[in-house]
Amino acid sequence: MIEIENVRKSFGQLEVLKGVSLAVDRGEVVSVIGGSGSGKSTLLMCINGLEPIDSGRILVDGVEVHARSTDLNKLRRKIGIVFQQWNAFPHLTVLENTTLALRKVLGKSRAEADAIAIKQLEHVGLQDKLKVFPGKLSGGQQQRMAIARALAMSPSYMLFDEVTSALDPQLVGEVLDTMRLLADEGMTMIVVTHEMGFAREVSNRVAFFKDGLIHEIGTPKQIFEQPQRPETAEFLGSVL
Amino acid sequence: MNYTFHWRPAFRALPEMLAGSLVTLQIAVLSMVIGIAIAVLLAVMTGSKSRWLRGIAGTWIEVARNTPALFQIYIAYFGLGQIGIHLDSYLALLAGITFNNAGYLAETFRGGLRAVPQTQVRAARSLGFGPIAAFRLIVLPQLFRAVFHPMTNQMVWAILMTSLGVVVGVNTDLTGVTQELNVRTFRTFEYFAIAAVLYYLIAKVVTLGARLIAWRLFRY
Ligand SMILES: Nc1ncnc2c1ncn2[C@@H]1O[C@H](COP(=O)(O)OP(=O)(O)O)[C@@H](O)[C@H]1O
Ligand SMILES: [Mg+2]
Repeated sequence: MIEIENVRKSFGQLEVLKGVSLAVDRGEVVSVIGGSGSGKSTLLMCINGLEPIDSGRILVDGVEVHARSTDLNKLRRKIGIVFQQWNAFPHLTVLENTTLALRKVLGKSRAEADAIAIKQLEHVGLQDKLKVFPGKLSGGQQQRMAIARALAMSPSYMLFDEVTSALDPQLVGEVLDTMRLLADEGMTMIVVTHEMGFAREVSNRVAFFKDGLIHEIGTPKQIFEQPQRPETAEFLGSVL
Repeated sequence: MNYTFHWRPAFRALPEMLAGSLVTLQIAVLSMVIGIAIAVLLAVMTGSKSRWLRGIAGTWIEVARNTPALFQIYIAYFGLGQIGIHLDSYLALLAGITFNNAGYLAETFRGGLRAVPQTQVRAARSLGFGPIAAFRLIVLPQLFRAVFHPMTNQMVWAILMTSLGVVVGVNTDLTGVTQELNVRTFRTFEYFAIAAVLYYLIAKVVTLGARLIAWRLFRY
């Protein structure tokens, strides 16, 4: 379970997170929607400790992410994250991209790592691209590779940060399908997205984020059909 | 003007000139190895918080890149002598070229680091790599590729710069040997033509070698 409790964070003078609280249960899919610059990416980076926080706390399976005693490298193994772009390591093939952390972080043998990676790459439909370098892949294929690479570490949680925003429209579907598959398999996911259709169909809950705060959270039905806050209605009016 | 070519005696000096070529190559390699080490330091210093460190690195890079290499070697020989540091000709030449290499390469490394986006580190860290592993496995290979060709160019440039050693009295490198032969025999054209061919061959071998390495190493 991921518990975010009253988290605040500033970059210099700019307060980006202003007391965010959110609890995500095992098996839940929570979509985070909201305008750009509202702090959504920052929140995801705080969850796996890529960014420090100023106050509040974040617990992952009861372990406080920002506690001094926490081994972040170890904690990050159970949290997969896929960014908007530039995920792929360009000097490594698709297979090497996927096996590197298995071998160098988890210490698995090459054979073991290959087997796991190939299974995950098949999962996202890249089994015939194993020896290809990322530069030769489409944006959608690169994102699917990044998903497979994260999944290969057998994470308990997956965080997605607008993974389709940088893609050509015709490539969005294949990536969303992959995420849908994961959700169906019961993966716990926090999905920052502009894809309202996806948020509506796949999520258990949708959180509306604005100015560093969750203004409203509820089932897709509540958020999309009966938003309680005027800001939510206004945002949805602007994107739907 | 009547100058008749005498190639036979010139070719007899070939073993001597080949030995000189070896010295040339030695100075170039040493100046690159030391130059790379200093350049890494300078590149790090340019990003330092200390104004002093930034100032020293910035000045080094500016002077190395914007003054003639000849002066840099001259200053290593005569200038340092003025303040009590006496280098022999060989060391002065080595110091001058190293100074030049370090300045150019520092700029190369700085550009190379900028060419590897910070997002690569973030992606690596999120997979559970520590900072050192992320640098070694993800940043370094990309950085190495970005700086490889400029480094090869600098190596060729270093080989050619060794010829300037003659102004501070280096007489064991290819140009030094050639100059001594010239003074002894006045077969200026023959000796310098052979030396030019030797320089060309050394430079070519280095470039082709580098291309071979790049072809083996950089697969993407
Ligand atoms: N590393 C950083 N340093 C300074 N400001 C940052 C940094 N990262 C993000 N910001 C600022 O924080 C705010 C929120 O950014 P972000 O979390 O990326 O928003 P979102 O993902 O919702 O678009 C923005 O104003 C952004 O400019
Ligand atoms: Mg963002």
